[in-house]
Amino acid sequence: MFENLSDKLDRAFKVLKGQGQITEVNVAETSKEIRRALLDADVSYKTAKSFADAVKEQAIGQDVLSSVSPGQLFTKITHDELAKLMGEEHAEVNLKGSPAIILIAGLQGSGKTTFSGKLANFLKNKKAKNPLLVAGDVYRPAAIDQLHVVGDQIGVQVYSDKENKDPVKIAEQGIKHASQNGHDVVIVDTAGRLAVDEKMMDEISAIKKSIKPSETLFVVDSMTGQDAVNTAEAFNQRIDFDGVVLTKLDGDTRGGAALSIRSVVNKPIKFVGTGEKMDALDVFYPKRMADRILGMGDVVSLVEKAQEQYDEEKARRLQKRIAKNQFDFNDFLDQISQIKKMGNVKDLMGMIPGVGKAMKDVDIDDDAFKHIEAMIHSMTPAERENPKLINGSRRKRIASGSGRSVAELNKLLKQFEQTSKMMKMMGNKKNMAKMMQNMPKMPGGLGR
Amino acid sequence: MGVFNIFSKDKKEKLDEGLSKTKESLFGKLSRAVVGKSKVDDTVLDDLEEVLITSDVGVNTTLKIIERIEERVARDKYVNTSELNQILRDEIAELLEENNTSDYSKLQLPEQDQPYVIMVVGVNGVGKTTTIGKLAHQFKNMGKSVILGAADTFRAAAVDQLTIWSERVGVPIVSQGMNADPASVAFDTLQSAVSKNADVVLIDTAGRLHNKVNLMNELGKIKKVMQKVIPDAPHEILLVLDGSTGQNAFEQAKQFTAATEVNALALTKLDGTAKGGVVIGISDQFKIPVKYIGVGEGMEDLQVFNRKEFVDSLFGN
Repeated sequence: MFENLSDKLDRAFKVLKGQGQITEVNVAETSKEIRRALLDADVSYKTAKSFADAVKEQAIGQDVLSSVSPGQLFTKITHDELAKLMGEEHAEVNLKGSPAIILIAGLQGSGKTTFSGKLANFLKNKKAKNPLLVAGDVYRPAAIDQLHVVGDQIGVQVYSDKENKDPVKIAEQGIKHASQNGHDVVIVDTAGRLAVDEKMMDEISAIKKSIKPSETLFVVDSMTGQDAVNTAEAFNQRIDFDGVVLTKLDGDTRGGAALSIRSVVNKPIKFVGTGEKMDALDVFYPKRMADRILGMGDVVSLVEKAQEQYDEEKARRLQKRIAKNQFDFNDFLDQISQIKKMGNVKDLMGMIPGVGKAMKDVDIDDDAFKHIEAMIHSMTPAERENPKLINGSRRKRIASGSGRSVAELNKLLKQFEQTSKMMKMMGNKKNMAKMMQNMPKMPGGLGR
Repeated sequence: MGVFNIFSKDKKEKLDEGLSKTKESLFGKLSRAVVGKSKVDDTVLDDLEEVLITSDVGVNTTLKIIERIEERVARDKYVNTSELNQILRDEIAELLEENNTSDYSKLQLPEQDQPYVIMVVGVNGVGKTTTIGKLAHQFKNMGKSVILGAADTFRAAAVDQLTIWSERVGVPIVSQGMNADPASVAFDTLQSAVSKNADVVLIDTAGRLHNKVNLMNELGKIKKVMQKVIPDAPHEILLVLDGSTGQNAFEQAKQFTAATEVNALALTKLDGTAKGGVVIGISDQFKIPVKYIGVGEGMEDLQVFNRKEFVDSLFGN
């Protein structure tokens, strides 16, 4: 399907490899990539542009961790900003008033009637309410029947009046009916309307004025494109809604409309629709939405973990030692424990987009490091600092001390030798590029 | 054919009116982008990118158009901003031409397929049933006998909705009520059409998101069962797309085509705010012709898409 953002950013960041900091120069291309990725996800042009610029500002000057790619770091910053923009979690529905009145509005085909049913079901089952649904769509053929069918399914009463063609009157009558019959919440479903249809927009604002709802919800199809901004703005101007409902999120849309709407009208997203069944209603999680818009695996948690666990002090010391060609088994051990802190190796690999699938059937031995550690622990301090000391009899001792075979120890020593050779080459910048090409695939980035 | 000319002279007016929002926003923005500039430079191209993307032309097609204009600017060295309109028009017309092989100016039925079976598919809420109602009305006015099949047996009251349309238009409907097997409804409808010697069959189907594999497979089954009555049915598989859908429209077209060999597209709700661009994007990205566009709520507001008229209307002449 879509290419995900972190892949794109990695491409944009090729230039950055080997550089310690994100700077104005190496970031220019990236801002464009972020913008394109957001546009691909249907985020409105203006929002995408200002957002990408803001991320760029934020990223400049940040240190590039050696354990994550700059692209990944950038994705993380983008993601965090996105989640922040998307607002707080669990914005509740206002149920003040007796009965509490909830008005549902939106475009044709956005899913108002289905959502009305789901909301009634939610209030009935989760909030112990006795809701009444009011059928205010007098235009679309069989809209009233549809609400009745939905009401029957969930065991919620529906008020309708097929003779009446005035939705304002119907809503008023419905509320009266609710008060008389002990309903504590009234959900008023309305006809779909285009924001440019003045007559219909007058009608919905007349309904709102007349019934004074405690909560007005704007229902929007999550697949909506650039138009989401205009529609949300127009509805907000006329009915000043309290919250947004995103429907059809069980599709594969990225749902960038959520971000656009949020940035234009600054109203919380309160519910998301995730299926055709009456219980397929979820509260809104900004983080999940950010993931979705960026279309990525768990790059974010990977970066977070790396950031949490990465000890910068130690890293600096290590760099110095490498420069002086003093890399020894103690450093090796440190590196292993750094990697181990980040968690299960297979899980870690799975978090990297693209790798997850490829790694599915590969069996990675999480104990691989355990044996290496055991062998290093069986060395004397002198041996660890100067591996050259390790002769035949010392090898036998270390092998039996760690419970491994001499062959295994030999393998480790060889690996270590290769690693320190690479370290030496790293000091020499000319060899750098060549080395990167030839670097054997080692577990856990031992080559760094 | 064509006893009753449904495309009276106000067709173009309606198209102009329906697309006026698109036009206003597209070219309002464009003229603001070039104001005070005499030459097409990077800033103008950047602004043009914004104009096209905010009109839902789609990222890929936008880049394609920009690239073509860049090439032209590079070739002609100096391009006047006043020429930009004409260039843009040429490029868009060309894009539409590349993939919309046939250009209809009115509703047509091939002589050899009788009854001509149209199966209407799409995601939820795009306007499938309404499109069927309007098509039925227009075919009937052409003097054709039409029959409807209520194979959306899933969504609450979908059968009622189509039944109301059949009464409104005055055409027969075949239905087995809610929760019936849609393939069985389609089978019945085709049998009835054959025995009544009907000209057109319109089969409504339930809205389904294109990533639901089982529901997509169901479409294949409906098709297979129909072929037991008429071997080459359905002659037309019409995918209805909501004109306000963004990039996901491309994914919908891709998935539905993979599942059912869609061979015609209908774009609805083009009378809302800033749209129409999606017609350009879809035409560019897919080999399936856009056949109908919905530019209003009236019965006649579902029009046969004509790329020349569309471009004329978009650029105002």
